[in-house]
Amino acid sequence: MSEQMQISFILNGERKQVLVPMRLHIIDFLREKYELSSPRVGCEHGVCGACTIRVDGELARGCLMLAVQADGKTIETLEHLTQTGEIKDLQEKFVERNALQCGYCTSGMLITAADLLKQGKPASREAIRDHLSGNYCRCTGYEAIVDSIEAVMKKRVESGKRAAR
Amino acid sequence: MKAAPFLYVKPKSIDEAVALKERHGASARYLAGGQSLMPVLNFRLDRPDLLIDINGLSELRGVSNSGSGVKIGALTRHAEVAKSEIVKSQLALLSECIPHIAHPAIRSGGTFGGSVALADPAAEWPACCLALDARIVLRSSKGERRVEAKDYFLGLYDTARTENELLIRVEFPAVAAGTKAVALELARRRGDFAIAGVLAQAKKTGVRLENVRVVFFGISDRPVRLSAVEQGIAEGQPMETIHQAIDAGINPDDDIYQSGATKTHLAKVLLGRAVEQLRQ
Repeated sequence: MSEQMQISFILNGERKQVLVPMRLHIIDFLREKYELSSPRVGCEHGVCGACTIRVDGELARGCLMLAVQADGKTIETLEHLTQTGEIKDLQEKFVERNALQCGYCTSGMLITAADLLKQGKPASREAIRDHLSGNYCRCTGYEAIVDSIEAVMKKRVESGKRAAR
Repeated sequence: MKAAPFLYVKPKSIDEAVALKERHGASARYLAGGQSLMPVLNFRLDRPDLLIDINGLSELRGVSNSGSGVKIGALTRHAEVAKSEIVKSQLALLSECIPHIAHPAIRSGGTFGGSVALADPAAEWPACCLALDARIVLRSSKGERRVEAKDYFLGLYDTARTENELLIRVEFPAVAAGTKAVALELARRRGDFAIAGVLAQAKKTGVRLENVRVVFFGISDRPVRLSAVEQGIAEGQPMETIHQAIDAGINPDDDIYQSGATKTHLAKVLLGRAVEQLRQ
């Protein structure tokens, strides 16, 4: 056994084949190897949520996942969600509502909110807060973040209804 | 905050995983969902030489019926337990716990078996195992053995599982139809580990509660079932008498946030709310 391992995975829509050190968690790997700066290295013990990424479409704590564990998986970072336009409305609303100050938690907040939004159902403010419960923000007091998500959710549900008519 | 160097291997069968662990012993760790092991490695509270990633063992994943009961594979994610129709219809107590179990990004990774193997005293799944008389199935090169939940949790992160045994599934006996279940806990943030928690289950017959089960968690070094409390509830004893049984049965240590006395008080408050919900 060596201390590195060959892996093959899909990163933000592109197939990658790469040799990775076994001890590296995936956030350090994504930031250093691919210069993806959206997933943050925050608490590194699964509490703050700043490292949140998508693994095979599900939310995951990047700091608790080894880079080698990406083998065979599809990894998405906020850069990809931005590129596909999936959360363009949410990002615009975050700016409009000033739902960030230092911006450190923002990637994790957006990707976690996207997970709730893609369920396509209306949710109460309490349910929004529950969904964000694993993401710390130390600046905003959350109010503006919840406002933004709620506004986008309402708009999407409304336009979904119109489209269905 | 970076893990010390280790080697990583992902076996393709249970036999291979167990053989690797038996070869490397205490210097190796099984890696399941990693939601507790990885923080420990990042903090360098533990520095194993080898991680044996069992996530390739798909036979350990999923919820199914077994005879009259339900079995949950060790690698079943919390999110999968939450979605399982079998759990919803047959193990209501587990469903009641879901909102208290971590956050979406952790529920998708953390495993049922990992939680039971770790035996955090404030975790919900170990408390459910105790409340529902589950059997924990452990595998080594010598074969499988089953341990009753009441004999499995031995202390703080201490269980009947020996160093090299792999927890492969948990088996729950059938719960009587019409049984009502409640899971309540207090935490500083929704989904964080409980300051105090209670699981309560009973069948309501007229005004009486029968087959009462009560397990407290987060208040001792392991989940605690108090039969005197169960009996008190079944007999409709006044709450003051039941509180005395709690005082006699638990003695929580102080932690950095709460005193032991506060935890005992919160356990009583939660039990009161749980009994009220069972009687509704």
